[in-house]
Amino acid sequence: MNVVFAVAGVVIKEMYRRKDFYVLLILTVVITLLMGSINFFDDDKIARYLKEVSLMLIWISSLVIAISTIARQLPMEKESRTIFPLLAKPISRAQLVAGKFLGCWLACGIALVCFYVFFGCLSYSRERHWFLLNYFQAATLHWAMLAVIIGMALLGSLVFAAPSSNGTICFVFVVGILFIGGHLHHVALAMTEPGRAITTAIYFLIPHLEILDVQERVIHDWPLIDWLSWMIAILCALAYAAVFVFFTCLLFRRKALS
Amino acid sequence: MPYLLMLLLLLLAFSVAAWVEPRYQARQEAHPANMMSFLLGDSRRLFANHFFVKADVYFHSGFYPTIFDNQQSFQTPHMAEDAGALKGHNEGDETTFMGPPLDFIEAFSRHFTPSQHTHLDEGGAQGTNGPDLDLGEKGGEVREILPWLKISAELDPNRIETYMVTAYWLRKRMGKVDEAEAFLREGLRANPYNPAILYELGRIYHEDRTNDAHARNLWELGVRKMDEQKTVKSEQDDFIMFQLTLSLARLEEDHGNLPKAIEWLERVKVVSPYPAVIEKQIEEDKQKLADNQKSGAVTPDKPGSQPP
Repeated sequence: MNVVFAVAGVVIKEMYRRKDFYVLLILTVVITLLMGSINFFDDDKIARYLKEVSLMLIWISSLVIAISTIARQLPMEKESRTIFPLLAKPISRAQLVAGKFLGCWLACGIALVCFYVFFGCLSYSRERHWFLLNYFQAATLHWAMLAVIIGMALLGSLVFAAPSSNGTICFVFVVGILFIGGHLHHVALAMTEPGRAITTAIYFLIPHLEILDVQERVIHDWPLIDWLSWMIAILCALAYAAVFVFFTCLLFRRKALS
Repeated sequence: MPYLLMLLLLLLAFSVAAWVEPRYQARQEAHPANMMSFLLGDSRRLFANHFFVKADVYFHSGFYPTIFDNQQSFQTPHMAEDAGALKGHNEGDETTFMGPPLDFIEAFSRHFTPSQHTHLDEGGAQGTNGPDLDLGEKGGEVREILPWLKISAELDPNRIETYMVTAYWLRKRMGKVDEAEAFLREGLRANPYNPAILYELGRIYHEDRTNDAHARNLWELGVRKMDEQKTVKSEQDDFIMFQLTLSLARLEEDHGNLPKAIEWLERVKVVSPYPAVIEKQIEEDKQKLADNQKSGAVTPDKPGSQPP
């Protein structure tokens, strides 16, 4: 495990040495503050539109950070030929994959903490109330969702030719699931065979990332999600992530590095 | 030679600029274009509808049907129906538009999405505090719909219901009568003499400023403008006429001017969905008028019924 954490540490250091995270954080803050400066009928307590804008920017930023970070990990190691001395050390290919996954996931977690702290301060400035547990639930579900996406992009980095194509396909896939993944079964029922069977199969196979998106509950101050459902959702997300990492390990074990 | 050519081109450029500039300025004054019109053109009207619906989504704290759900109970935005801006066409149960879950995944996902029908003016997602709250912090959560309504009005200044809905919630739930009036006047500038906006403006003067004379003038102007319309009247036009004439009838009844009230009720009957009820009210007023004439009673005017 020390080896895995060592590789993860390198990924985390890489994230905070690059400019991506800082640029996205500053952009989120600036755009949100600009939107907050707009006057609507002399009422300074209007908060929800600002929360929605802020959360939307946080979600976009986290997706960009997660996918762009993980998509280039293995290809970059191969391109710069640093993968050979790395694997010459006592580290297996599976440990390398696990380390990359863990590093990227922890890095995204650190980024999410920064984003959600900003979000919490923003909400408090308008609503004068902390919904700490709600934000905690939202942030942890968000982080679990990123685990699935990172696992998916990591597998994609071995399947697709370039990090750019991997990133684009992952992005499209994630956005597709978020918008229509939950409705695929309804769509399938309106179709004829064999489309109905295929769509239903897709519905039951895909990771339902839209379940982990609780922005609406946070924006409109809905009560807490029951902790059992929250726990089940997180465990399911981690299970999906583990499946993706497992298949990545299987694929990487057989892949030629030169 | 090249210098002469350059001089000629310079003179030509200057002449064209001097010709175009005053025409451009005149056009800008006649049709002021803001950034939205410049960037989006006429497609901004599509976005305006989207943001109007978004305000209704906020009114329901996110519990709203998607295109995959049964939308029959949300055909007319509830915030508009409650405000009296649009005639309601909603059918069915607004709490069960999602229907029963088709599978265990959908059943599980409902723990994570808004799952209860609420209105912001009744407390929203934090719990129902009772209907018809006028002012105060709980009723004031309706403020959350205002940004989307403002954006919708900016994108499509000719969308009348946006002004009516916004003005209603501003004055009834948030006590911001001046802001409501200012917003309606903005709408009147973009839509001169629009009867629906005149009606809403009249309501402000009648209900909030207790200036019934001004309210009467606005409503009568609204009726005149509707009578002058040569286009075929739509259902919404009939609805506005119904509201205008009924408000005028009630105003005259309050001031004891029964003959005028009966005259307005006759007009209400033409556009009312319940003409029999209106007919009954006309009969009652005729009876009251007859009784008054027999007794020779004179009803004193209400304060605010005469102009200052």
